Amino acid sequence: MLLEMKNVSKSFSGVQVLHDINLGVKEGEVHVLLGENGAGKSTIIKILTGAYTKDTGDVYWDKQVLEVNEPKDAIDAGIATIYQELNLIPELSVMENIFLGHEQKKGSKFSLLDRATMREKAKKLMSRLGQNTDPDELVQNLGVGRQQLVEIAKALSLNARLIIMDEPTSSLSGSETEQLLLTVERLREQGITFIYISHRLEEIKRIGDSITILRDGAKVDTVKVENTSVDEMIALMVGRTLDNKFPKMESSRGEEGLRVENFKLNSDSKEINFTAYTGEILGFSGLVGAGRTELMRGIFAADSIESGDIYIFGKKKKIANPKQAIREGIAFITEDRKGEGLFLDQPLHFNKTIAKLKEIKRNGLLSIRKQKNVSNTYVESLKIKPNNINLLAQNLSGGNQQKVVIAKWLFTQAKVFIFDEPTRGIDVGAKVEVYNLINELVKLGACVIIVSSELPEILGMCDRILVMHEGEITGDFKVKEANQEIIMRAATGG
Amino acid sequence: MEERVKDIDEKIEEQKDGKPPKPSKDPKKKWDARAVLDKFGALFGLIGLSVILTILAPSFITIDNLMNVARQASINALLSLGMLLPIITAGIDLSVGSILALSIVLGGIVTVSWGMSPVVGLIVLLLAGAVAGLINGLLLTKLRLPHPFISTLGTMNVYRGLALIVTGASPIFGFPLLINYVGQESINIVPVSFILVIIVAVLMHIFLNRTATGRYIYAIGGNKEAARLSGIPVDRVLIIVYTVSGFMAALGGLVLIGRTNSASPIAGLTYELDAIAAVIIGGASFFGGVGTVVGTLIGALIIAVLRNGLNLIGTSSDLQTVVIGIVIILAVYVDVLRRKGTKK
Repeated sequence: MLLEMKNVSKSFSGVQVLHDINLGVKEGEVHVLLGENGAGKSTIIKILTGAYTKDTGDVYWDKQVLEVNEPKDAIDAGIATIYQELNLIPELSVMENIFLGHEQKKGSKFSLLDRATMREKAKKLMSRLGQNTDPDELVQNLGVGRQQLVEIAKALSLNARLIIMDEPTSSLSGSETEQLLLTVERLREQGITFIYISHRLEEIKRIGDSITILRDGAKVDTVKVENTSVDEMIALMVGRTLDNKFPKMESSRGEEGLRVENFKLNSDSKEINFTAYTGEILGFSGLVGAGRTELMRGIFAADSIESGDIYIFGKKKKIANPKQAIREGIAFITEDRKGEGLFLDQPLHFNKTIAKLKEIKRNGLLSIRKQKNVSNTYVESLKIKPNNINLLAQNLSGGNQQKVVIAKWLFTQAKVFIFDEPTRGIDVGAKVEVYNLINELVKLGACVIIVSSELPEILGMCDRILVMHEGEITGDFKVKEANQEIIMRAATGG
Repeated sequence: MEERVKDIDEKIEEQKDGKPPKPSKDPKKKWDARAVLDKFGALFGLIGLSVILTILAPSFITIDNLMNVARQASINALLSLGMLLPIITAGIDLSVGSILALSIVLGGIVTVSWGMSPVVGLIVLLLAGAVAGLINGLLLTKLRLPHPFISTLGTMNVYRGLALIVTGASPIFGFPLLINYVGQESINIVPVSFILVIIVAVLMHIFLNRTATGRYIYAIGGNKEAARLSGIPVDRVLIIVYTVSGFMAALGGLVLIGRTNSASPIAGLTYELDAIAAVIIGGASFFGGVGTVVGTLIGALIIAVLRNGLNLIGTSSDLQTVVIGIVIILAVYVDVLRRKGTKK
């Protein structure tokens, strides 16, 4: 074994995200980590690269205990990581990027750079990958696929023996993907080991040697790729029974709430059509990057779109910016609570009333008393804790912050609620409270859409499920006829 | 549907079980000391400074001298109250010194050179400031320039150049009383300029805290994207912010005319730096979202007190510059520490 993790656990503020992980990666293999979003793949990678420190357990590298406290430790040991977001400097050349931080000098530390040697070495590294890229080419002039190869060359220049790749093909075109897979196969023959994360099962089938399947932060199994079918992979990945973490209420479909027709985000994207009704919850499932958030942002006019029509309760509406979306009764609870939802420096009452200040005006000025009254009402009914409207939003827990965001949108008297990852990063108890709030909205006649990457949440809370894959709706299921396998198949384009 | 939506709100209110919401105790009682320091830190600074100066130079605390300080603080206070707005939005306005000069020379040309009514001159003066600020706002929002540092650095030069061009680079003397009044006169012993500062401060406080636009200014500075997604007209608010800042610079210019009985095209050089210093000393943050009128006033007073006190002690003006520089650094360092403390 080149790399072994033994009984590695990790928790964040009381929530355990990794349970006793045992992982063995053999030298010269492509070892795939497979699991749903939130299964713990990224956490494992972050522990290996020093972004997180493990709570318990040991990591062995070449049979020696390896302590990774910062990224440099991993790199020195020979572990390189290539993230989805590439770590290259676009304005520098291929050669300069490859040797960034470990430039070759002509003599001592203080000598001038030895560009000739670096150029030569860069050329050799690229040819090892089967590339004849000019070392002096600026990285910004390369496509994403070739930029990624520069990252791999950089890893090799650091004498990496293990290369971790986090969803490397998610942003690549078909031919770029093919080139990357060929490169991985080529390097495997040269003895390089890979940990490979991908949701694309066909791709895994092709280049993987073994697969470790993760679920809810625990290892399910490690299997040989050659003995495992795609169906088995899916079953292992999602095979979990739903319990009553989801307080779903029975309700029946009412009138049409939101209809989206011939919706195109940009000139290349496919047209999207769907309708959401009152009295039911419409779920949007899919893998990260399938285009669900982009679609919702387009509907809310947070980003501009190419074309398309929106009907709110049967009436066609022109929505050019978020302000108009709010006026038409749309609420958009974004996935990035801190970045896009909250004013962390400001108290609860500020956050709660900011989208509808008109409501707390008296004689043209904002009324402090009205503000206090309405804010106290929501703090009480949404059970926001601590129940102090003067507390700054940054001092609340994730769950309570989410409730404040929801309160903001309730206060706008919206009738169409779009929840994007409504329970991301909040604890189980707060999740149930958020679900109850969503139920309440449905009961009172609002039209509710939930975008979620957590399949159990989608299956547990929604009445109807639309699945997206690469910007397209690839599945439309009633919850009764859906299960995780069916959804996963549609989400992976299978 | 409208009614149904109202229902949602009412139902939520009904869930209260009839119990009136009871405000809980602040769970962070321990941190109250810091909260107080946060809120009144600048005030403690001002008081401490005054005490020290009184010990070193007893004449500091006389009414006459304090009124002097108030008069000296007025122009910077007006500019600072204007500067507060861009800074709350995480922006800056480097052009206020130039706007001051441009607006007073335009006022001077209208009243002195053309001999028009001082009322017209006053209107031209104030309007020039507002328009110059409006242009700053439009450049920032319509051209999508990356940061107001750039747009206002540009207009700082443009406005200064225009002021020099229209005057042929020479100052204008001999203003009518109406225009000189604010900067020159006192009511009893209180300088009119300081009364103007207080009135403007009260209005500004109400604007920032009790109007929707004021709220939006804090929201944009705190989280621009969240502000946009909350339906706040970000561009329009930013345009208002820079227009007000320009108007305040002109108001400061009006006071300066009275004090010097002249309008010089090189007036107000580096005034923007004093204004920025006052706002930051007063507890506002370059990161945006934070800043108060009271803090800014105190910041402007601290600078004036420092200058006045160091004069009384007999410190050279060169050394004064050094001291003021150190105070600015200290004040921003406190801001850094505070940020660190609140970040989790």
